[in-house]
Amino acid sequence: MADHNMNAAAYWSANLRYITISLIVWALVSYGFAILLRPMLAGIEVGGTDLGFWFAQQGSIITFIAIIFIYAWKMNKLDKEFGVEE
Amino acid sequence: MSQFAINLLFVGASFALYIGIAIWARAGSTKEFYVAGGGVNPITNGMATAADWMSAASFISMAGLLAAGGYANSSFLMGWTGGYVLLAMLLAPYLRKFGKFTVPDFIGDRFYSKGARITAVACLIIMSVTYVIGQMTGAGVAFSRFLEVSSSTGIWIAAGVVFVYAVFGGMKGITYTQVAQYVVLIIAYTIPAVFISLQLTNNPIPMFGMFSTHTESGVPLLVKLNEIVRELGFQDYTADVSNKLNMVLFTLSLMIGTAGLPHVIIRFFTVPKVADARWSAGWTLVFIALLYLTAPAVASMARLNLLTTIYPDGPTAAALDYAERPDWIKTWEQTGLITWTDKNNDGRIQLYNDSPAFAATAEERGWAGNELTVNNDILVLANPEIANLPGWVVGLIAAGGIAAALSTAAGLLLAISSAISHDLIKNIINPQISEKGEMLAARISMAGAILLATYLGLNPPGFAAQVVALAFGIAAATLFPALMMGIFSKRVNSYGAIAGMLTGLVVTLLYIFTYLGWFFIPGTNMLPNTADNWILGISPLSFGAVGAMINFIVAFAVSSVTAPPPKAIQELVESVRYPKGAGAAVDH
Repeated sequence: MADHNMNAAAYWSANLRYITISLIVWALVSYGFAILLRPMLAGIEVGGTDLGFWFAQQGSIITFIAIIFIYAWKMNKLDKEFGVEE
Repeated sequence: MSQFAINLLFVGASFALYIGIAIWARAGSTKEFYVAGGGVNPITNGMATAADWMSAASFISMAGLLAAGGYANSSFLMGWTGGYVLLAMLLAPYLRKFGKFTVPDFIGDRFYSKGARITAVACLIIMSVTYVIGQMTGAGVAFSRFLEVSSSTGIWIAAGVVFVYAVFGGMKGITYTQVAQYVVLIIAYTIPAVFISLQLTNNPIPMFGMFSTHTESGVPLLVKLNEIVRELGFQDYTADVSNKLNMVLFTLSLMIGTAGLPHVIIRFFTVPKVADARWSAGWTLVFIALLYLTAPAVASMARLNLLTTIYPDGPTAAALDYAERPDWIKTWEQTGLITWTDKNNDGRIQLYNDSPAFAATAEERGWAGNELTVNNDILVLANPEIANLPGWVVGLIAAGGIAAALSTAAGLLLAISSAISHDLIKNIINPQISEKGEMLAARISMAGAILLATYLGLNPPGFAAQVVALAFGIAAATLFPALMMGIFSKRVNSYGAIAGMLTGLVVTLLYIFTYLGWFFIPGTNMLPNTADNWILGISPLSFGAVGAMINFIVAFAVSSVTAPPPKAIQELVESVRYPKGAGAAVDH
């Protein structure tokens, strides 16, 4: 039982770690690159405008998709490692 | 074949398809009615969720909003997609593991309280009813424009079709019609965009075309657009905003609100496993992105097309002669969505920004005020005509707009009716009700919800236009924090959750009412709704994120001074965190 609880705690903290990393990327591309850091990226040109504009209109959405699929893949693997998959 | 006959054919064929699916997918049990039996493939569910999510507003209005606001309105794009990241990691897998039928189900059980369940039901009904009115009126507009019936008749027809598949099929019927509706709406949205992108940039993929070279002028499309709008006194299309705090909070409110919308969350109860719920969130966003990555391209290209139509020789040369205006302007003038008044009596159409800063230039050019008003909503609907596409594309747009409205309406109606039949009737009023009785209650609630939505669509109340403030603001300030704390904290108890939801709700509504009027009654606002009066420059539409933070703080504060949840509840939290042992949605 003690072993089971330790396992469960390790599984949950691994999940929280994945979530934290994912949310940092999520915030960086949208609130960061697309809004607050846009002036800093103004020098990088994309199709007649700047990188921040591209992130605001397309880049953030593409990144969001990547985040979800990577998270799903990592978690489904984690489920198997800890033997908690269905 | 006349355009009317083509439109009728496309809309009629799509309706026949939806009703055919309804007959095939009749619900035989409450589990089928609430969660489609719990065996929906994650990709299928992703497609259905995308249609569930993309409303008449996404299909018809969003490109217009982006075209008018340029960069500043990017919040809609990021906000309405970034919420799925939150949903995929913070809510969907755990709520699927919990394995019951509704969103208030989880809040009621986790916070072991009828009060919490009723609070959740009340929030759900306010936001879903506000949201569904827009879908009914949206369907009415699409009908009246394309099928030459009055918009009230259109609303009745839409309600009749939804009635057939939602009352008999429940979530099962809704799921498979939403898949068909997704296919119709995405084809309808993409085809005109591809042709316009080809015409302007020679690039068949709109999302790339937007950042390519404008064939005619040889400069990048966005540079060309910026040049033209600048000459007409507008700010650059790609111009940065000064109030970044508000843009951040608005985007955050839309993201948190999206993740907290019950009609979206319940779609993830229909997949077989926790792992499927995670994949399904990813597929949902892929299907949504097909439209959301095309929308900004449609927006910039349609704005460029409109301005080059009005100023064929550039904005500093003579504008278009009114007598020579293209047919699509004539068509839309009849609906009142485009209007022209010849203020300087030169018989030409001047479209520019009537601001004091531009007044001197305008006077120099002999302009006496902006003469053309174009409603944002027509951009997508008029796109095929602007690009001179054949009649069947127009028919497709008609079917697509109606599909977007119907699919979202059905999802909302299911969220409303299951909250009534399952949470109020089965769990609070009459726990002894039989499976058959609950099934009947579910069907009657659905029929009642459809009638209510039809009535409100025919007589839209003042709050109908406030979907962003009411639906997203309340979802962000109440349900999202309660659900997240219910999963990620074992310490938050019933007092904390209820206090948090109520404070979030009340503070958010007060802030909205202060600027938009008490219950949105015009003239009753205490402060003018302008940026100078907003606290720290935070717009009432951006306040949901602040409401969410208040909810979190109050819930933790109240929980910390009251007793922790009982052991059984802490075990429930523990069990939703691990996928093992979920099985299908439990019958209960």
